[in-house]
Amino acid sequence: MTRAALLVLLALGLAAPGPVGAQAPRDEAELDALTRKVASQLRCPVCQGESIQDSPSELAQDMKAVVREQLAAGRTPEEVKAYFVSKYGEWILLEPEAHGFNLALYLLPIVAFVGGAATIAVAVRRWTRRGSLAESPVPGAPSDTDPGT
Amino acid sequence: MNWRRSLGAAVVVVPIVVLLGYGLTRDPRAIPSPLPGRPAPEFALAVMEDPVGSGQGRGAAGDTIRLSELRGNVVVINFWASWCLACRDEHAALSATARAYEGRGVRFFGILYKDSPEQARAWIDEMGGQSYPTLLDPGSRTAIDFGVYGVPETFFIGPDGRVEYKHVGPVNERILVDRIEAILAASGSREETP
Repeated sequence: MTRAALLVLLALGLAAPGPVGAQAPRDEAELDALTRKVASQLRCPVCQGESIQDSPSELAQDMKAVVREQLAAGRTPEEVKAYFVSKYGEWILLEPEAHGFNLALYLLPIVAFVGGAATIAVAVRRWTRRGSLAESPVPGAPSDTDPGT
Repeated sequence: MNWRRSLGAAVVVVPIVVLLGYGLTRDPRAIPSPLPGRPAPEFALAVMEDPVGSGQGRGAAGDTIRLSELRGNVVVINFWASWCLACRDEHAALSATARAYEGRGVRFFGILYKDSPEQARAWIDEMGGQSYPTLLDPGSRTAIDFGVYGVPETFFIGPDGRVEYKHVGPVNERILVDRIEAILAASGSREETP
């Protein structure tokens, strides 16, 4: 069980975004790719849960143009995202950052997973221990569901 | 055994209910703005030509308005569009309040949001004029700088160039006067005007 928890933590660690480098001037293709990447992490303010990369709305298109401009000017993706956060708040990030109350978002699944695994482990141990007592459901007991029509 | 089971269920269910209940107290459409308290984003925008020829003295068509040059004034900035229905509701209040505060160190500006100057001019004409200049914001750069996500949105900027308040949705005269007076009172006590 602890091994499972460790595996989960390890997977989360591996999935965390690494440091972003690439300060050199970017060519068009690189800029396009980077713009797409950053734009897909920013929430479209006039849509419902859509990124500015996916949204056809005019504001999203303008915001994408801003992303591209700033990247072309040599800002890092992190700096571009920080710009949007400073204007729209953290709300603008499709993936909330892991601090403060947001931590619940990341920790609750782990807690639920570990809790569930623990419950199953305890239950399985109890059942196997009782196995000799033949605790299985009574065979041939009347079914409580109607056979149906 | 049964009480233990219900206790276990409570431990699981109560936090979830509390969390969901907390969620109900929050408006998912409300986007809290980080701008109030911070220096307003600088802009240099062209004044839109106006059918009635309004525009509070300085700020004739073709002029460029720079926010930094307005330091010392209370600046009210209203993002609007001719396609925005709520903008019709607040238009009279904005124009009247701007006129009432003329010459008292309070400047009003509209910034056109996602609209063509032609349609905006026709709208102003239809509404019977606008007592303050509207600025053009090509590519919504200034709107994005202000974190605008819809119109109307109104920003109140203090004499020190800081955003004091942001109002989402149509304003009325009471909101405008309350906000402006609060800023004037605060800056008056800070600077000790003679």
